[in-house]
Amino acid sequence: MTHREPVISAEKLTKRFGDFIATNEITFEVYKGEIFGFLGANGAGKTTAMRMLCGLSIPSSGRATIAGFDIYRQTEQIKRHIGYMSQKFSLYEDLTVLENIRFFGGIYGLDNHQLKSKSEVLIERLGLQAERKKLVGELPLGWKQKLAFSVSILHEPRIVFLDEPTGGVDPVTRRQFWAMIYEAAESGITVFVTTHYMDEAEYCNRISIMVDGRINALGTPGELKRQFNEPSMDGVFYQLARGAKRGD
Amino acid sequence: MRILKFLLQKEFRQIFRNRAILALILVMPVMQLIILPLAADYEVKNINLSVVDHDHSPYSRQLVSKITASGYFRLQGYPASLKEAYHLIEQDKADLTLEIPRGFERELIRDGHQQLFIAVNAINGTKAGLGSAYLTRILRDYNEDIRMEWMTPTRFQPVSTIEVVPSNRFNPLLNYQFFMVPGILAILLTMVGGFLSALNIVKEKEIGTIEQINVTPIKKHHFILGKLIPFWVLGNVVFTVGLLVSWVIYGIFPQGSISAMYGFVGIYLLAVLGFGLLISTYTDTQQQAMFIMFFFMMIFILMGGLFTSIDSMPPWAKALSRLNPVSYLVEVMRMIVLKGSGWADVFPHLCAMLGFAVILNGWATLNYRKTN
Amino acid sequence: MKQFITFVKKEFFHVLRDRRTLLILFGMPLAQILIFGFALTNEIKNARIIVIDQAKDEASRRITNRLAASNYFEIQEDVMDQNRMEAAFKEGNIKLAIVFPAQFRNDLIHQNHAQIQVIADASDPNTATTLTSYVSSIIQDYQTELNEGNGLPYRITPEVHMLYNPQLKGAPNFVPGVMALVLMLVSVMMTAISIVREKETGTMEVLLVSPFKPMWVILAKAVPYLLLSLVNVLSILSMSVWVLQLPVAGSWLLLFAESTLFIITCLTLGIFISIKAQSQQVAMLISLMGMLLPTMMFSGFMFPIENMPMPLQVFSNIVPAKWFYIIVKSIMIKGVGLEGIWKETLVLCGITLFFFLISLKSFKIRLE
Repeated sequence: MTHREPVISAEKLTKRFGDFIATNEITFEVYKGEIFGFLGANGAGKTTAMRMLCGLSIPSSGRATIAGFDIYRQTEQIKRHIGYMSQKFSLYEDLTVLENIRFFGGIYGLDNHQLKSKSEVLIERLGLQAERKKLVGELPLGWKQKLAFSVSILHEPRIVFLDEPTGGVDPVTRRQFWAMIYEAAESGITVFVTTHYMDEAEYCNRISIMVDGRINALGTPGELKRQFNEPSMDGVFYQLARGAKRGD
Repeated sequence: MRILKFLLQKEFRQIFRNRAILALILVMPVMQLIILPLAADYEVKNINLSVVDHDHSPYSRQLVSKITASGYFRLQGYPASLKEAYHLIEQDKADLTLEIPRGFERELIRDGHQQLFIAVNAINGTKAGLGSAYLTRILRDYNEDIRMEWMTPTRFQPVSTIEVVPSNRFNPLLNYQFFMVPGILAILLTMVGGFLSALNIVKEKEIGTIEQINVTPIKKHHFILGKLIPFWVLGNVVFTVGLLVSWVIYGIFPQGSISAMYGFVGIYLLAVLGFGLLISTYTDTQQQAMFIMFFFMMIFILMGGLFTSIDSMPPWAKALSRLNPVSYLVEVMRMIVLKGSGWADVFPHLCAMLGFAVILNGWATLNYRKTN
Repeated sequence: MKQFITFVKKEFFHVLRDRRTLLILFGMPLAQILIFGFALTNEIKNARIIVIDQAKDEASRRITNRLAASNYFEIQEDVMDQNRMEAAFKEGNIKLAIVFPAQFRNDLIHQNHAQIQVIADASDPNTATTLTSYVSSIIQDYQTELNEGNGLPYRITPEVHMLYNPQLKGAPNFVPGVMALVLMLVSVMMTAISIVREKETGTMEVLLVSPFKPMWVILAKAVPYLLLSLVNVLSILSMSVWVLQLPVAGSWLLLFAESTLFIITCLTLGIFISIKAQSQQVAMLISLMGMLLPTMMFSGFMFPIENMPMPLQVFSNIVPAKWFYIIVKSIMIKGVGLEGIWKETLVLCGITLFFFLISLKSFKIRLE
């Protein structure tokens, strides 16, 4: 592991909103091709941290580089090399499946030929041939999420950020979704994912758990279970989250 | 350029997909343009008049019939006293009352001088001013008639008269619709452009798609242009339809340079759309954007010189109206449509508008933050 | 009832939490009343005119001085010949031109008759008429003075008395008008948008499955806006009384009661729109684009309704702002009591009831 190059490295990254410290000096590294689970209770500061890493939000202090680019000065270069799928569903519901794929592909600078071949492959892989001309708003939630994920890695980014991608999705679709994540990771894309499902945490190579704006645990699922002396990730999470002062 | 193409494609698709909005955008202005000028008739006629005639003489009757024959006044009755007449005004049944004193005819002949009393409901200044102006003019004519009648034998007295020869330029028939139609079109254009652009970015903020855009390497000015151009095209369509409607229905065809008109409207739309975008960068919900736009729209419209003259405003308000893009459009539309002005005449307005467009769009682009 | 209060409370939290909207909501009417009350006037003054004096004699100079002395006109000095006049009209720099022919005084003295040409920019017909009549009366005065020695016989002089608004200020007309306009749009828009918003975000369904009668849910949304609008009425009235010096001639209580009625009318209209509209944008476009200009025009404060073609006069009767405008004008300016406006009050009640009933009906249909 140690010889692998880090694609995300954060050092004492902090974000303050007035008196409130949303993210408090978090330090961690994520390596190439890794699936990194970013866990924490609601309000622990996960989304804020992720928004900083994506260049949507400027940190109050600390340092971080994404794919070798500085998150203060080089946010636009970072954006070229990342994909992002937010908690809120964020494709255009009033555009069709094909139109959404082409639009997002287009603004990432894919040429016509690439757009055509990639959208064909994507639609076929998702089994959306019959729905390609349907408005995205009419699709069931699970399909929308899978589509959104596929669109977010259409331009072959080095890292993809997924913010609770499987919220509200049925177990079967969830499994399919994780299969897609593995596939992406195998192709060399680093996956940075937040989730509330502890079974999903087990699927990750490494996880971190945030409590009250700090990272209180970091390691592989096996290491963490040993460290906290718990049989399951559920137990680890519960031990940590119990001490939290913030929450819903 | 390629990225801009994709953005434009997306915006146009979204506009055309939302039929309800599209219909509202196109149909509502046209309907309003057809109907409102009929309502915005400020030609002062049909002034309701009541006459308190204490004299009941041939002269007083002659005077009243001369007034009603003018066509400006509608006689609403002969109340017995001034008190009753005031009551009619209070109930809005009369706008004006004329009191003819007892012995009017007798004393006019005997003393050579008589006074009439006129009371006007002055809540609406224009109506009051014009109404009393008409009435005094009729009285003057009537006075002249009487003088003629009595003075014929001694006609050759050296009385100098100055005759005022009025002539009305640009709208000789004083058709009020000629005045209102271009102005109303200007307002409708402003509303369509302003509201659509103000709501647009905010809507993306509300549903969350803006996040997805912000994590892409799109350039800010591409994004803003992608929003501006579709509405600019749409605005020009609405404007053209509006011109056609006013030509077909009201027979109003621009007397002046049409190219100058489109040139000005093109820049004007950029300014208004820029203003809308600026508002949408400062707000978080469509509701907020709507209210702020509404606030400015009211001021822009009421202070835009469409309904009341800007010249008559106090100096501070006049200065303020120079900051109101609508006042330029209303003025330019009237100049080109009615007076036949061309490029050279509207050049100063054009420069001012260009300034608005650059400042507003520049500000909107600066204030639109992909990262915060 | 307890549930109802709970709902109303929730709505209040929504409204009060959004500070920016709240600021606009309270600030807007105040700013507008102030700006319009001071700036808008139907009176025409300071009109830019030019005098083309081909005579340059004593008589023409006297008349010019009189014109310059009146505050109706501002004589522009830079345009002096007929060729430049054309351009000045087209650039929109002048509203009227007065042309004295050469030999003006000569004609007047030797032939007892002289002409003055008055050319008005009639693209605005009323301004043209008014300015022309101002010029005529100034010239008339000069003429009377000229003939002083001869003593015109059989003189009829009118004594004109301006009721309610002797200085022809804009405020008495515009304050009731703007008040009707602002209250109408604010209440209609706020209710319509906030209800449709809940439909859009899906929280409406949550409310509708609660054991509470659906119509009460909707009514609860209207209550905070009723109170907010009443605060607005108070602030508008205080502004007009203390800043614009426009006292309320009639009863404050009556005025307040009538305003409450009008706001309720608007709220029911807003509810009706919200039931029909599917998205916030549609609701906004209808309540703003669709209502701003028509309300402005058909309430009668801008344009006299009796001048409109018959169908539009009939149409104006369904515009609630028209009735409220009459009511406010009557109470504030004329000092009329309920006996003078009961008819208008009844009409407003009728409109309210109508919108309430059809909202109720279409709402039921939606739920089935």
